[in-house]
Amino acid sequence: MEFAELIKTAKVENVQLSCSGLPPIKGTLCITSHHLLLSSQPGGNGEQGTVELWLLIRNVDAVEKRVANSLGTITLKCKDLKVLQLEIPGMEECLNIASSTEALSSVDSVMMMYPFFYRPQSMKLKDGWKLYPLQHYYQQIASETGAWRLSCANGDFTICSSYPPAVIVPATVNDNVLKKAARFRQGGRFPVLSYYHKKNGTVMLRSSQPLIGPNRKRCQEDEALLSAALDEGGHGFIIDTRSAQAAKQARMMGGGTEPTSSYPRWKRLHRQLERGRPLQESFIKLVEACNDTSLSMDRWLSKLESSKWLAHVKGALSTACLAAQCMEREDACVLVHGAEGTDTTLLVTALAQVILDPDCRTLAGFQGLLEREWIEAGHPFHFRYAHSAYSHARLKQEAPIFLLFLDCVWQLGRQFPFSLQFSESLLLVLFEHTYASCYGTFLCNSEKERCLCDVKEKTHSLWSWLNQPSEWKKHLNPLYTYNALVIWPSVEPQSLQLWQGLFLRWIRSSQYLDEAWAEIQRLVTSCEDAPEESAGCTLCHSQPDVAYPLTITGTANEG
Amino acid sequence: MRSTHIQRNPKVLVELRTCFRQSRETSPHFSTLPWSLNVLLIIDCQNFGPNSPTLGSRKVLTCCARWTDSLGRGEVVFPLLTSSKRFRQRRTAFIFHRSLQVEQVKLIDRFSTSNKSLTGTLYLTATHLLFIDSSQKETWILHHHIAAVEKLALTTSGCPLVIQCKNFRVVHFIIPRERDCHDIYNSLLQLSKPASYDELYAFSYNPKQNESKRLQGWQLIDLAEEYKRMGVPNSNWQLSDANRDYEICESYPRELYVPRTASKPVIVGSSKFRSKGRFPVLSYYHRDKEAAICRCSQPLSGFSARCLEDENMLHAISIANPAHHYMYVMDTRPKLNAMANRAAGKGYENEDNYANIRFQFVGIENIHVMRSSLQKLLEVSGTKALSVNSFLSGLENSGWLRHIKAVLDAAIFLAKAIAVENATVLVHCSDGWDRTSQVCSLGSLLLDSYYRTIKGFMVLIEKDWISFGHKFSDRCGQLDGDPKEISPVFTQFLEGVWHLTEQFPQAFEYNEAFLLQIHEHVHSCQFGNFLGNCQKEREELKLKEKTYSLWPFLLDEQKKYLNPLYNRDFSQKLVLLEPNTVSFSFKFWRNMYHQFDRTMHPRQSVFNLIMTMSEQNKQLEKDFKELEAKMKQRNRQPEELLTKEPLQSVHPVSPALRTSPCFKKEKPLLPMNDPIRTIEGSNTADNRYSEYMEELSKAEPAVVSLEYGVARMTC
Repeated sequence: MEFAELIKTAKVENVQLSCSGLPPIKGTLCITSHHLLLSSQPGGNGEQGTVELWLLIRNVDAVEKRVANSLGTITLKCKDLKVLQLEIPGMEECLNIASSTEALSSVDSVMMMYPFFYRPQSMKLKDGWKLYPLQHYYQQIASETGAWRLSCANGDFTICSSYPPAVIVPATVNDNVLKKAARFRQGGRFPVLSYYHKKNGTVMLRSSQPLIGPNRKRCQEDEALLSAALDEGGHGFIIDTRSAQAAKQARMMGGGTEPTSSYPRWKRLHRQLERGRPLQESFIKLVEACNDTSLSMDRWLSKLESSKWLAHVKGALSTACLAAQCMEREDACVLVHGAEGTDTTLLVTALAQVILDPDCRTLAGFQGLLEREWIEAGHPFHFRYAHSAYSHARLKQEAPIFLLFLDCVWQLGRQFPFSLQFSESLLLVLFEHTYASCYGTFLCNSEKERCLCDVKEKTHSLWSWLNQPSEWKKHLNPLYTYNALVIWPSVEPQSLQLWQGLFLRWIRSSQYLDEAWAEIQRLVTSCEDAPEESAGCTLCHSQPDVAYPLTITGTANEG
Repeated sequence: MRSTHIQRNPKVLVELRTCFRQSRETSPHFSTLPWSLNVLLIIDCQNFGPNSPTLGSRKVLTCCARWTDSLGRGEVVFPLLTSSKRFRQRRTAFIFHRSLQVEQVKLIDRFSTSNKSLTGTLYLTATHLLFIDSSQKETWILHHHIAAVEKLALTTSGCPLVIQCKNFRVVHFIIPRERDCHDIYNSLLQLSKPASYDELYAFSYNPKQNESKRLQGWQLIDLAEEYKRMGVPNSNWQLSDANRDYEICESYPRELYVPRTASKPVIVGSSKFRSKGRFPVLSYYHRDKEAAICRCSQPLSGFSARCLEDENMLHAISIANPAHHYMYVMDTRPKLNAMANRAAGKGYENEDNYANIRFQFVGIENIHVMRSSLQKLLEVSGTKALSVNSFLSGLENSGWLRHIKAVLDAAIFLAKAIAVENATVLVHCSDGWDRTSQVCSLGSLLLDSYYRTIKGFMVLIEKDWISFGHKFSDRCGQLDGDPKEISPVFTQFLEGVWHLTEQFPQAFEYNEAFLLQIHEHVHSCQFGNFLGNCQKEREELKLKEKTYSLWPFLLDEQKKYLNPLYNRDFSQKLVLLEPNTVSFSFKFWRNMYHQFDRTMHPRQSVFNLIMTMSEQNKQLEKDFKELEAKMKQRNRQPEELLTKEPLQSVHPVSPALRTSPCFKKEKPLLPMNDPIRTIEGSNTADNRYSEYMEELSKAEPAVVSLEYGVARMTC
């Protein structure tokens, strides 16, 4: 396939771009294989026009066109929820631009996507892909306990196609047992270590559902594997992210959940979390409600309610808290799974780690967590984020699980504004890049696919961009101070808020809020920078006990 | 320390009465307490020194009262903690009922589904209900704050008593013996519903301020000064003496500003045509635009009545704005309500009869709708194990945010008419003291940055609410009266302001705590400002002689109420605040309606942090200056010359915003106004996702620490 075939009109003059909150701009519209560009018309004094729009076509979720009197209007609804309008003179041009944009935005082949073509000069390929290897994480655990080992049994992805080559498993369990246990789990996702809680040595495991089936099959190896995860005499909790009813029904389809009789030391807790279609619809409804600024108060509240988004946030947070609590307060190990173990399971395990582990709340630690618990763990990014809330395309496997995770982290940040090292802007960047990105980090559905597509060789990593000092600085939370404690959020409906920064980002002006935030930043950083700047001052006061005993004691007394 | 042991002996009581007669502030209590068996404790704090026993960081005094009566109760031991401001007083008296103390009372977490509780002792004092739990945490509840007391059906563990407060605290006690519960219930019923003004706390509250300071406190807010600030009197507006002795309108203040062209007969005639005589007067004058906000009550127009004087009055107001040829008349009621009023001989202005007016309804509901809306809101927010969906649908059904939006929308309409169209606006509702006050005050707040300062906000409340006769006493239910008169009109005003502070974080000098504290005292009846329904009544009550004004106390502790992000230039530059009133901009005000449910609050507060920091900076700056001064002094001595140089290198570095380690104080200099909100981390027991415990049939661990009622002393 050639991109050129899809581009019927490459350039149109006199196009007017408008988006809410900004004055309209006139300029020349260009369409390239991956971008829509609009450069404003140069002024009368011969100066160059500036580029006003540089839109990744992949970011376009829906194209709506309206033609009247040889003036066409195209509305571009983007995956990051922004809405743009282009007024294009000429009916044919308008239709061409619309169809090209549509075709280019729905190219499904991974290898054709922009990350494979993006070559910024300041970055080197392969940088950033090895930043957070599982080996590092394993070494941290190994320094605490010998109960776990790194297994490379899945090195060629034959045991489980959605797992990474290396996984952490109980040291007492050999690879053959793993292979057999994998056959008893959907998609081969046998229980592996997700998080080691240093404080009391408990662990969190994740897997997919066991293939109990209607005949109540058992699997010794699976039982042995789970049993090996527990200390002698210890007990654990299985948090099933489906309702008890749904888990039972899954038996008819060959799935199911661990019966107490075969797993006597594990206690099962069911917490239903929505995923798939209902979650996507919830997202769509919420965005719809947010975009309708004419809603009366009653209609708004009822739409907000019927979207159920905040209910999903509450559900995710409370289930993660439950898992965290089992570990922190009950000193028990936890196994989390739903059905496939690639969606709500990861939501719970990742969120629980943010709550429990202060290291996950740093900027680097959070990247590591995403790498480990979402990307390597085989969350199907390619399927889940093919379309966002505006798309008219028939939904296949889209579901904003990761967005729900980001929202939950945002809620944590609201309740503990000093405990996350990163600010809201990082979460927004991550949200944008899951849907459309020039980096390869969120491409494909699993490590196996990433290997097949050479993603790590042929694209840049989002992390190496984010970790450049200039970017890094942008996303730091100026109020952050290390907090070693567990951060238990309140999950009462009164404590949860709509994430305005994301859902209303393009709808309401946030000028005053941004200015206030800048002011906070200014106040805090001017305080923090002080000791460095005034090093001379500190120095000259470091030996004053001799020179100025009076001065020093004088203030001390007054203070 | 002297604690008096009192035998129930008439002679002792007589002596004590005499002693109390000398201190004016306590005697009313003594005489009006409903019980026959009073026990008095007098504690002389003069000798209360550093050697007294401590409990935590507080000093404890134990007082005993012994007596015998037919019931055989003998002794009360009452710990008193020095945290209370009472102890700044040299001498304090408590009067107790004989069942003043009940042991083994449980305080239940009202949101817990597993009935978590704290056990402690409940004390009843003349002004407060006090609960001290086993960890010595105090919960003080002012009797005047009690909105409702409810005794629930007896359970195995005791008799439940639910107390709902006007400041949205809800406490749920379980009292072991039913008789005690009944006693407390009856006592609280009486105490929370005083029959006359002189029983109110304000008349006995004594912060030990000398008389001249007390009087100065009352002079802090001077409305004449405020009108001068606005620019009146001027060539178009003048002070009218028509109501000098409340002869025209009892619920208006004495000083009223009217157009110069409105003669006395016009004023008198107009007042006769307005409900309760509340004729159109000036509320706010916009100096730059020469436009005014005026307020009045509805006209007595019925279906066809006219009043020439009233028409002249409106004309006079209209031409007092030289730039403009029309004025707006805003009826803040829904059209239907206004029309219904016509049948009762009241109603609204007929545009045909008044020259050059533009008439507008804005549809704010009446006090009864607002009361039941708040009731519904509280029912929803008080539900145990509330799901997100029932919360949102409950929020919708209550209509509360819809009402808040309506009030703000009206204020914006008003402010825009002035700022954009330069037009004068006359605002009224039915009687012109509820919705009119809301709209006029919020409108002024949008237009004038002065009202966004601490002092300015006090002035605004004094002007548009207190002096123009918002019926605080009736609306807050200060006395035992008609419950249908109670309505959260002022609360809505504060919520409107809060919504503005959320949208314009840098435009306000004050913070949320300031709004909450004002709300607290509107209901506390601790200060004289909000007692009574109008100025005339306040004069009759001699409030300025007998009570204290709230404002100087708030100013004294204004550090707590400062918004660290406030930017004066920014606020002044904004000619008009234009808040977004799209529905999604309105939020449930958790910190108001759940201000005592700490578990729902963010665990770390940005404002507190920044406040502490800027406070530290100020302190450091001060320290620096002191050091500098001392250095200069020493530098004059020749032997110190050698050390001069390194020190001077300090000078180029601005002293502001420095926290070099050697300057650092051990503690934050500003005591957090609420340490609980700043706890890092938190306790799982605070949250209710944890209640799978029943499933595990496990005992609740004993380490539960409930962040419940943190004592907020209001005395």
